[in-house]
Amino acid sequence: MRVTFRLNGEATVIEAEPRQSLADAVRAAGFTGTHHGCEHGVCGACTLRVDGVAVRGCLMLAVQAEGAEVVTVEGLDAPDLKAAFVRHNALQCGFCTPGMLMTAAELLESGHVPDRAEIRDHLSGSYCRCTGYQAIVDSVEEVAQARHGAKP
Amino acid sequence: MKASHFDYVRVQSVEDAVRVMADSDGEARFLAGGQSLIPALNFRLDRPGLLIDLNAVTALSGIRREGDHIVIGALTRHAEVERHPLIAAHLPLLAEAVQHVAHSAIRNRGTFGGSLALADPAAEMPACALALRAVIHVQGPKGRRSIPADAFFEGSYATALAPGELLTEVHIPLPDPAARHGFAELTRRRGDYAMAGLALMAGPEARVVWFGLADRPLRDLGAEAALAQGPHAAAAAALDGVEVWGDLHNSAETKVHLARVMIRRLLERMT
Repeated sequence: MRVTFRLNGEATVIEAEPRQSLADAVRAAGFTGTHHGCEHGVCGACTLRVDGVAVRGCLMLAVQAEGAEVVTVEGLDAPDLKAAFVRHNALQCGFCTPGMLMTAAELLESGHVPDRAEIRDHLSGSYCRCTGYQAIVDSVEEVAQARHGAKP
Repeated sequence: MKASHFDYVRVQSVEDAVRVMADSDGEARFLAGGQSLIPALNFRLDRPGLLIDLNAVTALSGIRREGDHIVIGALTRHAEVERHPLIAAHLPLLAEAVQHVAHSAIRNRGTFGGSLALADPAAEMPACALALRAVIHVQGPKGRRSIPADAFFEGSYATALAPGELLTEVHIPLPDPAARHGFAELTRRRGDYAMAGLALMAGPEARVVWFGLADRPLRDLGAEAALAQGPHAAAAAALDGVEVWGDLHNSAETKVHLARVMIRRLLERMT
């Protein structure tokens, strides 16, 4: 089926079988930052933004994106968050990182400063098999505070 | 894994959805949020010939008050239930419980009606529907009907929905203003399905509903009768004579123990 949508701000037309996941479709379109982990919604590595909210790219069909605005980690406008991940070494193998960034970005846009418990809760849907959670939470906390002028 | 082949159609109305389903000869599935259906397809636990996508049926979405009821459209996302002022004001049990449904990205897509129609025995929303005396409205080839939550959940992933029927909306009576609520669940990871879970309403019309313990959400009449005598009495009476299922991780005995500690602690927190 023909699917017309916006992908990272660009008008995009693809051909997709109904069974193709949105995560596979964006990878086929060249945005391979979206990772397929478990393919049943548990690991969070495939998290994308569709019409402004985070969704599992493996649990949505590409044909369902007709007319939607889809953003992958490549199109994620959060340079401060990405820089904080680098600064804190908040990634080891990096496989979970795109999903962590997409998930954290949504929390950071919520308009308040989450504490560490809330950050952990929000990120609980993403697995890091290197168990790098401490540095990831550090990064998200730092950005949350910086955006609200609480800390440099 | 990848799903096997299926066809896909996006419908614009409940009538179209029901008609296409009736024409499919049992080969089709309704696709709402898809947060459980798509994994089932990816694992090839299910191989339907056709998915009928309901996501464009706007009439199925939304939360409103109708007299002394709150009406929740079947396609309403968990995230909308989580932040809706009517739910916060009138159904705080639901507002609290929905935060335990999976994770943010899944709540953004998963639907209230889909959760009830699936009837996962360890899921939060079916237990809340039972605790809140919800009435489930459905539409099918033979017309519309409504089913009380007490009669809706028939077993593991089994409901009173007849073949071809679509769950359209859920009517929940406003609880007595004196009612209090409690919710607790025990999971290995926040957002996972419950090893043992509890949704309860205390007050004039007490309801104690367990989930994750048996093949369906389970009303506990013994614990309800003992609620007024305090947390210890309720815990002692809980699950008496009820057949609890063990699973891969916990025996039935362990689950009963966990559940009794859970209800005692929850009631102590509430009082």
